[in-house]
Amino acid sequence: MGTAPLTLSSAAAPAGLAIDVSGITKRFGPKTVVNAVDLQVRRGEIYGFLGPNGSGKTTFIRMLCGLLTPDSGQGTCLGYDVLTQQAEIKRHVGYMTQRFSHYEDLSIRENLDFVARIYAVPARAAAVQRSLDRLGLARRSHQLAGQLSGGWKQRLALAACLIHEPQLLLLDEPTAGVDPKARREFWDEIHRLASEGLTVLITTHYMDEAERCHRLAYLAYGKLLTHGTVAEVVAASPLTTWIVTGPQLQAISAVLRGRPGVEQVVAFGNTLHVSGRDARQLEASLAAVQTSAHTWTLGKASLEDIFISLMDGAKDNFS
Amino acid sequence: MAPRIISHEVTITPHPRARLRSARAADVTRPAAAMRRFTLYRLWAIVLKEFIQMRRDRVTFGMMIGIPLLQLTLFGFAINSDPRHLPTALRIADHGPWARSLVAALRQSDYFAIVRETETEAEAAQLLQRGEVQFVINIPEDFSRRLLRGERPAVLVEADATDPAATGPAIAAARVLATNVFDRDLTGPLAHLRGQAGPVDFQIHALYNPENITQYNVVPGLMGVVLTMTMVIITALAITRERERGTMENLLATPVRPFEVMIGKILPYIAVGYIQVTLILLASHFFFHVPMVGSLLLVYGVSFLFIAANLAMGITFSTLAQNQLQAVQMAFFFFLPSILLSGFMFPFRGMPEWAQAIGSCLPLTHFLRIIRGILLKGNGPAEITSEMLPLLTFLAIAMAVGVKRYRQTLD
Ligand SMILES: Nc1ncnc2c1ncn2[C@@H]1O[C@H](COP(=O)(O)OP(=O)(O)OP(=O)(O)O)[C@@H](O)[C@H]1O
Ligand SMILES: [Mg+2]
Repeated sequence: MGTAPLTLSSAAAPAGLAIDVSGITKRFGPKTVVNAVDLQVRRGEIYGFLGPNGSGKTTFIRMLCGLLTPDSGQGTCLGYDVLTQQAEIKRHVGYMTQRFSHYEDLSIRENLDFVARIYAVPARAAAVQRSLDRLGLARRSHQLAGQLSGGWKQRLALAACLIHEPQLLLLDEPTAGVDPKARREFWDEIHRLASEGLTVLITTHYMDEAERCHRLAYLAYGKLLTHGTVAEVVAASPLTTWIVTGPQLQAISAVLRGRPGVEQVVAFGNTLHVSGRDARQLEASLAAVQTSAHTWTLGKASLEDIFISLMDGAKDNFS
Repeated sequence: MAPRIISHEVTITPHPRARLRSARAADVTRPAAAMRRFTLYRLWAIVLKEFIQMRRDRVTFGMMIGIPLLQLTLFGFAINSDPRHLPTALRIADHGPWARSLVAALRQSDYFAIVRETETEAEAAQLLQRGEVQFVINIPEDFSRRLLRGERPAVLVEADATDPAATGPAIAAARVLATNVFDRDLTGPLAHLRGQAGPVDFQIHALYNPENITQYNVVPGLMGVVLTMTMVIITALAITRERERGTMENLLATPVRPFEVMIGKILPYIAVGYIQVTLILLASHFFFHVPMVGSLLLVYGVSFLFIAANLAMGITFSTLAQNQLQAVQMAFFFFLPSILLSGFMFPFRGMPEWAQAIGSCLPLTHFLRIIRGILLKGNGPAEITSEMLPLLTFLAIAMAVGVKRYRQTLD
């Protein structure tokens, strides 16, 4: 890590790791929702956590901050044991829930004040004012939380989970339903916080957000399928993608679908992305439909292509 | 000129990293165990939050004030019944045959259950005051002799008339009984003693509520009923509401402890309970002219325990209920036996034993005795301790179950 000197790690923490867990498993009844997940997140890092609906992201995060007890696995969060030191973890973690979970019948200021009191924030009134200012909530501070629009609720939730100056932020789909400008401001804020030394674990369904993370992990059916920087994830993927331009792409895509080696055929405006994990088989299939009217270029698989391919592969294993 | 020092929250904002560092330095000195313990600042956070929410929820707050007024209006009339086996103490100064047959007849009567025989007037008075007996029947020294002389000896019946519904029928029965007993024996030359008015003069001394005014009994009881109804329901919703609205997830993610949440949710409603108590006391005094013999301070003191017991019950329900509807149903399930079996609707001693057993487990039963005891009999702390203990026990159990049932995780 470049300029930020991470000298503040708790005594018990392996140097530089904010989250270090392995084999984390959670079952609800017969269903294994999180299956032996290992995860290491460095301090000061923005770590993206991706995966389809129901893949177990929320469940995993809840286990990190002591809201759920793992069935098996072990590890530490900020140097504290995730199984036994949940009280300590709660003091140093800011958790933003997927569903808005502040009091709708309290105003913005009252909600922040409540959280600040619970954490015994020193110089509370000033801390509340500071967080109102920082997130641009000051003008609305007397509005009831229940009357806020989605984007403002999300700002309140972020302010609330920052007020006790946590060392780790767990953000569960913080930008769902937020407009692009607000989303960009939100990410700027996240990067600013990370540069101050905060560690951020964030779940999202947006690929552009995934690319703004330092590193990311992809979860499907409770299993961690890949992780690393965007470049590492792309490099590790066996996926080959051809980009087709030319007339009558719709017809070509109909022909290609179902051919051996062709796993995804996706239209992007005037281009068609054709991908598969078996490069040789894919090329053979493509050769059969190539015409001079079209240009075929070997492209780079996008994150989305890779994730969908991973998910399809996992489904095959799963069923 | 000295510069003015502005003391309120001077914000020195160092670089955020520095703040992080100082926060962590404080942690080192603080033992890890401290954060597991109950803290006043977290408790206070919950209390304040509940107060704000209460203020915003005008409808609920209105109901809390409206219900006592409504109930006072509805229960202004009397409810009657015919209770039997009322505990009775005998003070027998005459052991002659006539007195013995009167005692035997009393023992056989359905209305009286002779539980004690006492020698002294002081002991008899104490039994009545504590509510251990409903009646003390005094048979005077020269009973047999005066009966035979046709002097209609007086038998003094001291009755605890706080609940006139309980005493009235028994006293009427005693009169009939005496006439019947002696009619059998007063034959031959003694037949003239039967007389028109009966051989014995039963003198009733109704204590505590001499005019047998039912409102005197009902209105103070209403205080307990109203508190049971509103206090249990209001807190039964407290935790289920947090769970249903999703705010529980946030609360659980903070270091707040179960005990802090519970006490924090109970305290604000104790204030509401006191408003209700005051309303009813005012109405008792100004509309129903209920005598207030005992100490009002004591009434307020005991009410604290009773209100807390009901709130704790509600909290416990709300840790058990899956949703708000279930919580309300549970509260009703508690409220019904409370109102029926506590001695509010029907005189406690008129109920079958199993009903009395259930009634004895309910806080309302004991509160009714305490409150009637203080207001009508002028009981002091000494007389009410035996009824306070069950209240305390109930509070402790309800709290313990609640804290145990309160899940600190979402599992
Ligand atoms: N308390 C629970 N009891 C039973 N099943 C649960 C519980 N919580 C979650 N699940 C199940 O676990 C699975 C994973 O849920 P989870 O909320 O962790 O997914 P997710 O990755 O966060 O999904 P999304 O992207 O939609 O938020 C789902 O199938 C869900 O139905
Ligand atoms: Mg989720």
